[in-house]
Amino acid sequence: MKAIVSVKRVVDYNVRIQVKPDGSGVVTDGVKHSMNPFDEIAMEEAVRLKEKGKITEIIAVTMGGAKNEETLRTALAFGATKAIHIKEEGEIQPLTAARAFAAVFKKEGASLFIAGKQAIDDDANQTGQMLAALLDLPQATFAGKVSIEGNVATVVREVDAGLETLEIDLPAVITADLRLNEPRYLKLPDIMKAKRIPIEAVTLADLGVTAAAAVKVIKTTPPPSRSKGVMVKTVDELVAALKAKGLA
Amino acid sequence: MSIERDVMEYDVVIVGGGPSGLGAAIRLKQKAAEAGKEISVCLVEKGSEVGAHILSGAVYEPRALNELFPNWKELGAPLKTAVQRDELHMLTSETAGIKLPNLFVPKTMHNEGNYIISLGNLCRWLEEQAVAAGVEIYPGFAAQEVLIEEGVVKGIQVGDMGIDRDGSHKPDFAPGIELRAKYTLFAEGCRGHLGKRLLKQFKLDEGADPQHYGIGIKEIWEAPAGKHQPGLVVHGAGWPLDVMGTGNTGGWFLYHTDNNQILVGLIVDLSYSNAYLSPFDEFQRLKHHPVLKQYLEGGKRLSYGARAITKGGFNSLPKMVFPGGALIGCDLGTMNFSKIKGSHTAMKSGMIAGEAYADALQGGNAGGDALQAFPEAFKSSWLHDELYRSRNFGPAIHKFGALFGGIFNYIDQNWFGGKIPVTLHDTTPDYATLKLAKDSTRIVYPKPDNKLSFDKASSVFMSSTNHEEHQPVHLKLTDASIPITRNLPLYAEPAQRYCPVGVYEVLGEGANARFQINAQNCVHCKTCDIKDPSQNITWVAPEGSGGPNYAGM
Repeated sequence: MKAIVSVKRVVDYNVRIQVKPDGSGVVTDGVKHSMNPFDEIAMEEAVRLKEKGKITEIIAVTMGGAKNEETLRTALAFGATKAIHIKEEGEIQPLTAARAFAAVFKKEGASLFIAGKQAIDDDANQTGQMLAALLDLPQATFAGKVSIEGNVATVVREVDAGLETLEIDLPAVITADLRLNEPRYLKLPDIMKAKRIPIEAVTLADLGVTAAAAVKVIKTTPPPSRSKGVMVKTVDELVAALKAKGLA
Repeated sequence: MSIERDVMEYDVVIVGGGPSGLGAAIRLKQKAAEAGKEISVCLVEKGSEVGAHILSGAVYEPRALNELFPNWKELGAPLKTAVQRDELHMLTSETAGIKLPNLFVPKTMHNEGNYIISLGNLCRWLEEQAVAAGVEIYPGFAAQEVLIEEGVVKGIQVGDMGIDRDGSHKPDFAPGIELRAKYTLFAEGCRGHLGKRLLKQFKLDEGADPQHYGIGIKEIWEAPAGKHQPGLVVHGAGWPLDVMGTGNTGGWFLYHTDNNQILVGLIVDLSYSNAYLSPFDEFQRLKHHPVLKQYLEGGKRLSYGARAITKGGFNSLPKMVFPGGALIGCDLGTMNFSKIKGSHTAMKSGMIAGEAYADALQGGNAGGDALQAFPEAFKSSWLHDELYRSRNFGPAIHKFGALFGGIFNYIDQNWFGGKIPVTLHDTTPDYATLKLAKDSTRIVYPKPDNKLSFDKASSVFMSSTNHEEHQPVHLKLTDASIPITRNLPLYAEPAQRYCPVGVYEVLGEGANARFQINAQNCVHCKTCDIKDPSQNITWVAPEGSGGPNYAGM
């Protein structure tokens, strides 16, 4: 059974994001990038399923410019058995990614697609859901626990009310939430080996997919800076201050 | 407990992805390509990526780069802003200063033909060139131990991952592998933790003057509207440090680079004597001086960082080679203090090493020896000449102070071309210069205004520093009681002040006083390892990829 995992190259979670002075986006030049942390979790889950013998092949797929190759190398070091680079220099919207992943899924005849629930750059949280819709497959989003028996996946979802357990038939789409697992440390010998594995490159045209332009970013602004706190001396003063603000 | 470790073998292993390590790696591969004879080169870098731990001014002299890549322009090297104009100021008080006429500026401080760059970005570019040339580069892996067998350096061991605070192995424990090589080049930068051990083990610094250091603190600013003059280079000395005195010296810089950004920083000589001095706070108040304030006021601070520099220069140069390898770059101490530049000299030292070791390997050398061809090639290079000519610069300032030392340097550099027939020595190591707290003048630093000046907590946030939080503390105390029982009564524990990111704190008072190490804040500047008057703090590499994540530093 083949699983496909999508891996996105994003600005590293340790980097303090800076908005460009003209508001056209955030600064990405000369800034450290790495694999989207939720995609790392998705990748780790696929590797664990393979170690348990539930799946036999893991195909990592990424979409973007030349630098995305680094992200695929990371996926290969995790344990992906094959890597596909969908080359696209322009802006990639969730719908474009979903269309491309759907084409790859069909082409590869895979049974499971695991994605991070969202990418930490645009926080869209759309690609997995759109992909399931395009493929007309069952989906289990925000997965906190995944187990597979035969052709059925049991997924514990993290929802507002608590935990929800679903059974879905494969093929299906699963998106990984934070507590699904803790990704392993990559070992240097694995990284070394990953360098030598060939990467398959395709374009949107090869996949017969057109880019979507469903969303237009109008402006990017930094969050407002926190206003200075007020020191209060007594509890009464605190209560009075909260009441004055209509908070108590 | 013995751990099974994987072993990988290379011709050359390089520790550190800065200008010297990358310069050496590229030169090795260039020579291999010329001769059509493969040399395998592996480079490890403790930062999460190449450039993440690089911090420099930087005005860059392209001499070494011209030799490494004569076509660097076509290759797109990030040298974008040529220096247009130089200014040198001697600040005499918090509001006053003198701009020195160009005529009296030491020749080495002129910057025609140089570029204002981000050294971090130059290293990122060098990494691309090195990878294209076939160098294997592994960021996120720290060299933790030197492998020494029968007096010969055989390579390094990469740090383990997944060790808990108490030393036990977590479920995701991943043992570090051994990288073995015919030759290992140490390019860790100033005060490398392995370089320090090698200096001691092979007595490399015997006969040299003690090494001297400075702590450089830097910020990147977005220039306020109408104040940006790309290519303007401003240097200065004096206030808030000593003008006439010799105890507490240093110098500052303010560069107008591309992208509407201004790079501003202060280097405090770690030979400072006042136990109450705080390099961080000196820098914060410096920015309020009118000469600097005019370019920063109304602008926005984008980034912060700090790094120690090796500045003893020629007189402090240790022996470069030992059986099985060499020290290069700032790990060795090749900075030219008279130019306040170490990037081109570090790169050149790496290139000379790369050439010498490539020749040795191609000549059929099996490795493991102390290759004399490297120091010999160094002696006949422009690097040696450059460092020799500037040998008096640092000692003159330590001995005579910023003003009179500056005059000496003007005479030495401009009249004698650095060949004044006298050599000044500075023989007190930096950790021994601190006066007792009772003999030091207390300094009351102004409160930050959060416009031009800031506190340490908000500054470390600007360095994007992170360490895996459950790992063992990587700042080791030889004797855990010394900070409270000795350093506190004698020196008011200066670690609280010389650390530019607030790693060290003394909490509580009197009998309840205790020393706290916030290792997660550490930006790997190494100042504590250098300046602790009791020499009780040892910096070791934390888990790979920990530390700052500098962008454009």
